[in-house]
Amino acid sequence: MQPDITEKVLELIRRTSTDIPPDVEASLRQAIGDEEKGSAAQGALETILSNIELSRKNGTPICQDTGTPIFRVRHPEGWSTRKMREQIRAALAQATKLSYMRPNAVDSLTEKNSGNNLGGEEFPTIHFEEEEAAEQGGGRLVVELMLKGGGCENVGAQYSLPDESIGAGRDLAGVRRAVLDAVQKAQGLGCAPGILGVSIGGDRGSGYVASKAALYTTIGTRNADPEVAAMEERLTKEANSMGIGPMGFGGKTTIIDTKIVGMHRLPASYFVTISYMCWAYRRRRMILEGDRVEYK
Amino acid sequence: MRELTIPVSAATIRELHIGDPVLLTGIMVTGRDTAHKWLEETFIKKIKAPAPAKDGGRSDEEIYAELKKILAGSFIYHCGPVVAGLDTKQYRFVAAGPTTSIREEPFQADVMKHFDMRGVIGKGGMGPRTLQGCKDTPAVYLHAIGGAASLIAQTVKRVVGVYKYEFGVPEAMWVIEVEKFPAVVTMDSHGQSQHTAIFDNSKKVLEKLFKE
Repeated sequence: MQPDITEKVLELIRRTSTDIPPDVEASLRQAIGDEEKGSAAQGALETILSNIELSRKNGTPICQDTGTPIFRVRHPEGWSTRKMREQIRAALAQATKLSYMRPNAVDSLTEKNSGNNLGGEEFPTIHFEEEEAAEQGGGRLVVELMLKGGGCENVGAQYSLPDESIGAGRDLAGVRRAVLDAVQKAQGLGCAPGILGVSIGGDRGSGYVASKAALYTTIGTRNADPEVAAMEERLTKEANSMGIGPMGFGGKTTIIDTKIVGMHRLPASYFVTISYMCWAYRRRRMILEGDRVEYK
Repeated sequence: MRELTIPVSAATIRELHIGDPVLLTGIMVTGRDTAHKWLEETFIKKIKAPAPAKDGGRSDEEIYAELKKILAGSFIYHCGPVVAGLDTKQYRFVAAGPTTSIREEPFQADVMKHFDMRGVIGKGGMGPRTLQGCKDTPAVYLHAIGGAASLIAQTVKRVVGVYKYEFGVPEAMWVIEVEKFPAVVTMDSHGQSQHTAIFDNSKKVLEKLFKE
């Protein structure tokens, strides 16, 4: 029997908008010590941390741009995705009414804001996947939510390699150039310090889906391929050597982590897609098993 | 930390330099993409006719007259807030960090000059036209901490009113009274931009990394 998940998703939205995950907060706290004492960079990080604490205490949104809600739902065999979609949408409208979310869905043709964060089929984004059968441990519902603000979304970039303007060929060295170029172009506009989700391959659409999906993992999660994992760490380090710093004020912390995923591609195409996530890295996961619900 | 009370004088603006932290107190107005486009097209370039009053609201001409008074010596804040009390009109700012400013680059210098403003507040910095506008007006670009929305909302003591609510909550022009709103001068009235310096330096490092 498929339960009504509206209330539980509402709570997931509240937690996602008003509190950031512990691994992100710990990374930001650590960055304070890396910046020069009394610098604008350090001041920015201190403000960011005070804001996180205040939002948690008051239950108010961390950032007024409550972003594009991106849901990833893994559900047991046989559940109706139509019903779950309706319930998720109802929860989102309710969350907007309760000021956990800003009304953020604007019709691009009429310029009208829908007022409740619901707009057409695409807003919010919901990806459904059926889990394995119950006997293989697939009897639970897992809903992940990411809120991705517009400032950082706008600095995302997609490169089609080879790209002569940055001397990037179709290999990991070319990927490195594309990523570093994107970070330099982004400056502080994506609300640095940021987290990078990078996909290699796919097509123009699937590339961005994968580069965002990479952001569901915790800070420090490395690619299983040691060569790619080493590139992830190298990119974070090199990006930080550019001196852009928190909010683009100058400083040592521009990127907190880089995550690279590989995909299959057409022989003719080689896309490198970079999704930039702001420091307000709002992602949460809800696990529902029978009557028990857990938020992580 | 320099405390500024709105309205701010031109002489005070000339004393400010990039890197100076400031605390703002007084009445300012939020405005972003739709608002800037509307101001420019309706009142500065006059390529669109002002809308008449409807549903007992104010006409564009009436709003313009009020904005002229409020904005003289004041600031536009690039912000699309989360506002509570929409049903009862007992408005309260819940979350109110800055949005990316560069989108207003085509309009900003004109708007600052037209309304004799002392600057704008946002994030990410702006381009050469706005920098020139800061010199001429005179005005400053103030950088607030992006995403620090709950913290900044606490400095908003009162929502005085709202213009162009039909633009939607994020795009409407909210008139707010702030107390000790924290920001940093990153573009001053002497032609200096911290953003240009950091961009140029990072570009040099990037070119070096590309040689490795």
